[in-house]
Amino acid sequence: MYGRKVKLRFFFILLIITTLTLSVFLLVKSLEENVIFFKSPTEIKTLSEIDKKKIRIGGMVKKDSITMISKEIKFIVTDFKNEINVVYSGVVPNLFAEEKGVVAEGYLKDKNFFLATKILAKHDENYMPPEVKAALEEK
Amino acid sequence: MFKYFEPNKIFSITSKAPKYVLFLFIIILSIGLTEALILSPEDYKQSHSVRIMYVHVPAAWISLGIFSVITFLSIVGYIFKIRNFFLIAKSLAPSGLVFNIIALVTGSIWGKPTWGTWWAWDARITSMLILALFYIMYLVAWRIFEDNDKAFKVTSIITILGIINVPIIKYSVDWWNTLHQPASINILSKSSIHISMLFPLMTMTAAFALFSLLIFLMKYNTELIKIKNKGLDRL
Repeated sequence: MYGRKVKLRFFFILLIITTLTLSVFLLVKSLEENVIFFKSPTEIKTLSEIDKKKIRIGGMVKKDSITMISKEIKFIVTDFKNEINVVYSGVVPNLFAEEKGVVAEGYLKDKNFFLATKILAKHDENYMPPEVKAALEEK
Repeated sequence: MFKYFEPNKIFSITSKAPKYVLFLFIIILSIGLTEALILSPEDYKQSHSVRIMYVHVPAAWISLGIFSVITFLSIVGYIFKIRNFFLIAKSLAPSGLVFNIIALVTGSIWGKPTWGTWWAWDARITSMLILALFYIMYLVAWRIFEDNDKAFKVTSIITILGIINVPIIKYSVDWWNTLHQPASINILSKSSIHISMLFPLMTMTAAFALFSLLIFLMKYNTELIKIKNKGLDRL
């Protein structure tokens, strides 16, 4: 139906796409460690040694865990399996709250204690008006 | 080598279309903006900054969509040697780049009050930046290669390289831990965005799509006029 040239060009393009997709897949797979924006408390627990470098941890701020002593904020980050204590002094974003997502950048002192130098609030995919939220909570 | 087509016939239609598209665009945009900025409710958590989403999300969708269309046209155009497809692809690219940049900038403006940072080297954001670079590469390639046959080949390769990034953008939020939130709208499952916010989002998407169509028609007409001026009645 189609000419030989057309078929050749089709296979040429197909080969290029397959090769490139596989290469990119391997590349991204090997760099996964760097692609991940933050580690969860469970991943921290499974670390064989504590890194001196700056890292990011993320999860939910545990309910009733935020305590503020003068400028210092202490809270617990949890992924509902493991927990980690975080200490931070500075300004937190508006959306930082208990039972909400958080990403903390800083240094790991030991597997249970994290000294944050920067706090980012993570937003989830839920969007709704306040009245709907209130109605949902009543249920 | 490439198939011929008659620009005059197409031009007689595409030269009339922009004014109707512009008219429709203004109507849809006014509805969309009224919905997004005034009528839609504020979010329970982020209050009024949710309104940035009505520009950010449609812009990101359109830029991803246009890149996919460009790639499809380039590949089919290359295999079957259809010149017209390349001209369509070339004319689509500028609005794709503009919406890509809009998505990055509005994301940054939203990120500051919400996350607490303007920029993060997160998988979603970085892959979106890479897409913008591919758009720029694509457009620059058209300027560098004066010879059309060469430009067709080079731009096809650029789109093939760039298209691999598109599923990465889409699924980055599911595959890895990212600062960027996962998708709120899913075709298969229930959307996690309230219906009152979904309507302005869809209207704005339609408005942006019309704007892309408008810019595309203008660009495409210019390309056709260029061919005419060369004294060729067919390409």
